[in-house]
Formats: sequence, C-alpha cells, structure tokens
Amino acid sequence: MLELCNVNKAYAEGRRVLTNLSYTLKAGEYAAIMGDSGVGKSTLLNLIAGLDTPDSGEIRINGVAISSLDDNAATQLRREQFGFIFQAFHVLPHLTLNQNIALPLLLNGTPTDRVEQMLADVGLRDRGHHFPRQLSGGELQRVAIARALIHRPKLVLADEPTGNLDPDTAHEILQLMRAEIKTNGATGILVTHSHAAAATADFVLNLTKDGLYPVKSERSE
Amino acid sequence: MNSVSLSRWLLFGEWRAHFVQMSVALIAIAIGVAMAFSIHLINTAAFNEFSAASKSLSGQSDLQVYGRKAFFDESLYPLLANTEGVALANPVLELDVVVPGKLQNRNDHKLKIIGIDMFRAVQISPDLLGLTEEGKTLDRLADDAIFLSPAAMEWLQVKQGDSLSLHVRLQTITLRVAGGLVRARAGQRIAVMDIGVAQWRFQQLGLLSRVELKLQDGVNHAAFKVKLAEQLGESYRVVEAIDQEKRIANMSRAYRVNLNMLALVALFTGTFLVFSTQVLSVIRRRQQFALLRVLGFTRQQLLRQIITEGMILGVIGSLLGLGLGYAIAVMAIQLLGGDLGANFFPGVKPGVYFDLLTALTFFLVGLVVTMLGSVAPALEAVRAKPAMALRSGSEDVAMAKFLPPWFAVICVSVALLFTQLPPIFGLPVFGYLAIALLLIGGIALMPRFAAWTFSRLLTQLQHYRLGAVLTLVLARLANAPNQAAIALGGILASFSLMVAMAIMVTSFRISIDGWLEQVLPADLYVRAAAIGDQGGFQSDAQRAIAGLPGFDRVDFFRTQQLILDVNRPEITLFARPVDRTDARNTLPLTDDMIASGSLPENVMPIWVSEAMVDLYGYRVGDKVNLPVSGTSNEFLVAGVWRDYGRQFGAVQMQLADYQRLTGDLSVNTVALWLQTGMTADAAIANCGTAVWRRVGDLPVE
Ligand SMILES: Nc1ncnc2c1ncn2[C@@H]1O[C@H](COP(=O)(O)OP(=O)(O)OP(=O)(O)O)[C@@H](O)[C@H]1O
Ligand SMILES: [Mg+2]
Repeated sequence: MLELCNVNKAYAEGRRVLTNLSYTLKAGEYAAIMGDSGVGKSTLLNLIAGLDTPDSGEIRINGVAISSLDDNAATQLRREQFGFIFQAFHVLPHLTLNQNIALPLLLNGTPTDRVEQMLADVGLRDRGHHFPRQLSGGELQRVAIARALIHRPKLVLADEPTGNLDPDTAHEILQLMRAEIKTNGATGILVTHSHAAAATADFVLNLTKDGLYPVKSERSE
Repeated sequence: MNSVSLSRWLLFGEWRAHFVQMSVALIAIAIGVAMAFSIHLINTAAFNEFSAASKSLSGQSDLQVYGRKAFFDESLYPLLANTEGVALANPVLELDVVVPGKLQNRNDHKLKIIGIDMFRAVQISPDLLGLTEEGKTLDRLADDAIFLSPAAMEWLQVKQGDSLSLHVRLQTITLRVAGGLVRARAGQRIAVMDIGVAQWRFQQLGLLSRVELKLQDGVNHAAFKVKLAEQLGESYRVVEAIDQEKRIANMSRAYRVNLNMLALVALFTGTFLVFSTQVLSVIRRRQQFALLRVLGFTRQQLLRQIITEGMILGVIGSLLGLGLGYAIAVMAIQLLGGDLGANFFPGVKPGVYFDLLTALTFFLVGLVVTMLGSVAPALEAVRAKPAMALRSGSEDVAMAKFLPPWFAVICVSVALLFTQLPPIFGLPVFGYLAIALLLIGGIALMPRFAAWTFSRLLTQLQHYRLGAVLTLVLARLANAPNQAAIALGGILASFSLMVAMAIMVTSFRISIDGWLEQVLPADLYVRAAAIGDQGGFQSDAQRAIAGLPGFDRVDFFRTQQLILDVNRPEITLFARPVDRTDARNTLPLTDDMIASGSLPENVMPIWVSEAMVDLYGYRVGDKVNLPVSGTSNEFLVAGVWRDYGRQFGAVQMQLADYQRLTGDLSVNTVALWLQTGMTADAAIANCGTAVWRRVGDLPVE
C-alpha cells in the first residue's frame, strides 16, 4: 500500500532530516513510529500526505508515485483516502464542532449523518454546536481525530494524536482509532512518544538518522 | 449542494467572527463608490441642465450669428433675413440685468432678460412666448410688460400683475409682470420682453445680441455656415448649436476634471482600504486555508471561496455606495447647486438623473476593485505548500512575495518620468498618474522601510536596558515588518492625501492673497451695474466720482469680454491706466516682460495673463491681433502677468489706447484709494450724502 524508496529531505541551510529512507507498509497494517524529538517524524508524515515534497526518492501509494500526480489529483487522493491528524491539531475556529467534523464528508459530497455518532464516540456527545474556543486542548484533539476518521479513510496518518490526553481517555481514543482502521481495512501510521500508545498498533518502528527499523517482532493478533 | 453549504459556513463563520473588519471594508468600498458616483451625477446633471436650458433659449434655430463683442448693430438683421438660403431670421437681445433687491449676493444678482420679436419667435422658439391674462394677448407688445419664468417669479417674489424694479445703467426702471413663461425649464430663471421695448427700456437702441437663423430645407448647414462667416468678416461669429455646447463643456472642463480626479482619489483610497483589509484577512487565515487544502479543497475551490467572499463584499459595498452617492448628489445639488457653489452655471437648478448604465459602470468599478483586492492574496494563499502554511509565523513569508523591492522602484521611477511629461488636451493626466504611482511605490517600500528602521532601532537600543515589552514589540516589528507595513501604508496613503490637499489649498490661498494685493491695490472698488459689456460710468459720472472727498487717488477702468476662438470661453479685456515708466507698478508681472523704457513708440502694448500663453500661445514680443474695436487691431505682447482669477485668459491694455480705438469713454470699474486716516465706511457715508445718489445704488466691494 505505501512504499518509501530512498526518500531524502533537507530543509533550508542544508539541514538534512531524512536520508535515504526506504520502507514498505502493506495494506491493512497499522504501524507505530517512535523516535527522538526533531528526528523527522512529522516531516515524514507530511511527505507521505503530499503536503510537502521530498528532495529525492519516491513515495508510492497503491503503486502510484505521489510526485506523478498533479495538484488536483493529489488533492482528490487526500480528500477521499486520507485521514490526517496533526501534532498541533488544527481546526477551523469559526465553524462549530459538527461543521468541523463534517468537513471531509462535505468535500466528498457524502451524507453527513455519521457526525453525531462520531462526536459521541470521542466523548463529546451534545457538544456539536459549540465552537472550538469553548473546548479544552484535549477535547480539540479528539475533534481532530473524529474529523480524520469520519469519512472512513484508507490511510490514517496520526501525528501524536493523544499527546494532550490523560492515559485513560488516550487509551479509549486509541482503541477507537484502531477499531476504525481495522473495520475499514485501512492502513495506519501512528507517531507517538508513548510506549503505551505505540502498543495499540500492530508493530512499532523506530525512526533514527539512519532509517526506519522495526523495534520488536510483529504483535500476535 | 454540499460544497455550497460548506462555502456558506466558511463565509458566515468568518463574518460573524470578524464583523468589525468586514464592516470597515464594506464602508470603505461604499464611500469610494459613493464619492465617485455622486460627483459624476452632479457634473452631468449640471451640464445637461445647462445645455438644455441654453437650447430652449435658442429654440430650433440652425445657426446663430453673434458679434465679437456682446452687442452689434441691428442693421445686420435685415441683411441676414434677406440672405439666400435663410428661411427665417429671428433677432434677439439678451441682457443680464441687475436686480436691486439681490445685490447683497455678489455672484447671483442678475436676471437674464431676452428681448424677442414675438411674431418670429412663434416659429423658432415658441417656449419663450409669454402667457398673458385672458384676452390681453397684446400685452406681449406692451411697453412695460415683462414675462417671467416660474423660477424667476419665485426668486423675485412677484406674481402676475406685480411691478418689478430693475437697474439700467445708473437708473432704476419699473416694469409690470404681465404673465408667465410656462414652458421654461424647472429652475430656469429668465424673463422675456418684446425686443423693441427691451432696446428702449434698457437703453440698447439699435442693438442686438444675436440673430438666430432657420435655414431653408436642403441647404447644407456646414457650407452655409462657412460662406456666411466669410461674408460677415471678423466682427461676427457664426455658430451652430453644437459649438455652443462645446464651449460650455470647455468652460467647466478643468473644474469637472478636478472633481473627477477627486472622485478617483476617493476611489483609490477606498481601493487601498479594501485591498489591505482583504490582504490582511486572507493572510491571517493562511493556516485555515492550508488546513482546507489538506482536507481536500482543491486550489480552484479555495480560490473560488476567497474570491466569492471579495465579490459579496464588493456587491454589497458598491450597492450601498450607489445609494449613498445618489443621496449625496441630490443633497449637494439642493444645497449648493450644480456647480457646488463655483457659479459656472448660474440660474440653473438641475435635477439628478439616475442613469442605469452609469450606475452599472460605477457598480462594476467598485466590484472589480474589491475583487482585485482579494485575488492577489488569494493567489498567494493557494500556491503555498500546505505543510509550510500550516506552521504559525508563515504569514510574513507570504507578504514578502507580495511587494518585491523592484516593484516599488519601478513605480517611483515611472512616476518621476511622468512628472516631466506634457499635459494631454490641456489636462495634467500624467501628473495625476505620477501622484498615484508615487503613493503606490511609497506604500510598497513600507515593509523594507519598517524592517530597516525597527532593526536599527533594536540594535541601537540594545545597549540600554529595555523593558521586556518594548524589546518584544521592537523585535516583532523588525522581524515581521509586513503587517506593520500594511498599517503604515494605510496611514501613509490617507496622510499624504491630506497633506497634499492642505498644501494645495494653503499655497493657493497664499498666492491668491499676494496676487490680490497687487491686482486690487485700491481700498475701495465700485463697479457699475453693467448690462453685458455696455454701459457704466459716463464722463459726467466719472467727474463726479473723481471729485469725491476722502480719496487720494481714483482710477477708472473698463472691462469687457472678447471671444478669440469660437471653441473657447471668452477672455477678459482690461483697459486701465498702466504705469508708463514701469508696468510692474500696476501689474503683477512675471520676469517675462519687455521693460517699459524699451517699448517702441508706435505700438500698443498689452500684458497677457499666463493662461493666454498656455491657451493661445502668446509670447512676449509677439505681435497679435485683438478685435477690440470690432475690427482687428494689432498689439505688442509686452509682458506676462499672473492671474488666478480668470482661467480662460485675460489681457490688460492702456485705457487711453482703448478709448482711442473705440471712442467709448465710459468705464465700468472705479478703484479708489482712501486718504490716510479715512475709513472705508466713513468715505462711503460721505459720498452717500454728496454724489452717491447721482452715481446710483451700486455694489461696493
Ligand atoms: N520549515 C522548516 N525549516 C527548517 N527546519 C525545519 C523545518 N521544519 C522542521 N525543521 C527541522 O527538521 C527537523 C525535523 O522536524 P520534525 O517536525 O519532522 O521533527 P519530529 O520528529 O516530528 O519532532 P517531534 O517529535 O518533536 O515532533 C527538526 O530538527 C526541525 O527543526
Ligand atoms: Mg513532530
């Protein structure tokens, strides 16, 4: 499903972040990525989502190189297939929670009846008409997660989705994520610093300067 | 369907959250459009009304014959009537007569009186026929009858049957209001009399102002006009109705262009306000737009979203502007008249006419300008890589792309170039463009200026212990200069406009004051209640004034209107005693002059205003011809003087030369210098008992 081939990325001033990174994730796999702060985890997710471009190397999704897509095709791919959760959970401040969560459905032109249920699932039942400014950091993070999952994406990219949650809530939300990914037959990547969180994934990868390596053998399911 | 509701959510969300900013933007657009639209409405209303009014006076004639001076001998009339090709000739005597009761109003105390031959006017200008009391049709020919338009009746507060006093030269005559002119235009102030009666009562025996001609069918108007002009020679002008309109248009052109420029300035300031509000609002939402891109908004969708927003603002703002502009125009015309108090179109009361096409034009201008303000930042927002745009602090990177340094440099250099270019059709078009470009360039330079100043300030001040807040503020301004620059730019734009206006107004006023001192050095001026160019103080009145007690010196002069070019408004001719040893003692001459000592003996010198140099190409040393005595006389241009009063040109000549050429010894203005210790009021009071009564009830300035 997801292939990384010799991906290189450096920022301005020659700051090398990812060097010759290669890895292949099969469809239906749910991987956790851990690694030191600043090693390039968020950068890697941005590259996979097509929000930024690698300096060299290729990223293929279902065999199609993202770089070969024009902007509209890449946008369409993101809209239909991707669920993205940012480290700095971005939401639109002037839309209600219901509206924020319904965004991917609206963009895809699909019915929005799932919004209420999703909101309830992340523990925000009856708050659909509130605005983001009325919510706590952890609640906002849950809104971002609900939005990323609402349209049943085929690829879920989650960047530290539970950083602001207490362990119990975090666990519930991570279980929800896992269940969604598995029922939809989707592929998932979970970036986290928490071993407990990483444990909800199928397996854990470690991102270092040298590359992406499995930490332990695949979890038996 | 869904994307429509999404777009609506985004719009309403934004507007709810930033209501004040949106209102400011709306008001900016509305004001810009309103100013431009109202000024345009006022201009056209005044102009249309004025030309319609002058058309109704000249009726359905094909050609009109005028003298070079205001009046000419009526012997021309039978000549014209018998010319081959003429179907009908209609003699007209037109006078502006002073109304005694209205003298306190310096610019508006005259009534236009038209003397017509009723039997001919029936066929050529039926609008001018008076409506008499029943059974008294012969009143139209009565020797004391005058017919007034409704506006004139209202102005004079008289009705049918009342008597009306008017000034003629230095006497007062009384006429009877015999009826109305029902077909006069609304607001048009005119009076009609029988031409013979008018000649007699207003002491213009044997004189006409114009003869209107109706040509026989099949006569080629243009050819006939040329031939007739040739036949009549230099002393007469043959004019078509169209020429007349052109002249009126030219007369008020500079004034109208300036008003239109003002409208453009308003629109420009409005544009800038709209532009900066839009730019700021788009840049502020860069993260949100990036998020939308991540979630699946295509570039086109995002662009459409931002532009739709600008369009809605533009539509509402422009519509508000049209309404506001219309209201302003109606109010301004009610309060000030069609020329906003400039008195180009006296005695005309125009109505504002709402023209759909014009309204649509101004609406589109407002809309397009607003949309431009959103398109530029929208394009940038759409091109940004979402990953970058999502990071906070990326706004400044965005703005830097907007105003690259070369843009400012180009603006300023082109502006400097434009200041050197000559006017187009007598209008400083490039001058106006240069001002706009300088402003834009200055605004574009603001970010760099802000960054440089603030970082200099920061390094300079680092040696001192600055408070945390001050350091923070300076650091922010130095590193994120673009947002500061937009605000600074707004201030710069409005401030420089204000300064420019203030400088213009004060410098103009200072020069006018200085000029008035030179041109009007006397303490008191007495002007004769003139009828056109004729009349004034005859020699006995002059002797009486010269003998008045309380004055050191008394000068007499003669002013008169001359037409040099059919397509231009009249110039003013001053005949006055000019100091023969040095003309500079009398006139505010520029350095461009021939010293009085070196003037040849046998020529008549004239001194021309700067407008004459620009409009007619007169140069010092030129020999020129002016139709002062009806025929053409040769003069030597001896100097150029500064004149802020008469934009269509003015010429000064020796009074002695004038009197020798025309044989007309009367004058129409007297300048009086008070003896030391004498006040103007006391002098006037003295005169009042002595000779003033002989001189008549004259306006004293
Ligand atoms: N726009 C940028 N310009 C320059 N350097 C950048 C930029 N974005 C990220 N970096 C650098 O690239 C490196 C990788 O950043 P990234 O955000 O991918 O780290 P991360 O692994 O997600 O860290 P964390 O665990 O703290 O979130 C960091 O050292 C960061 O400073
Ligand atoms: Mg990160």
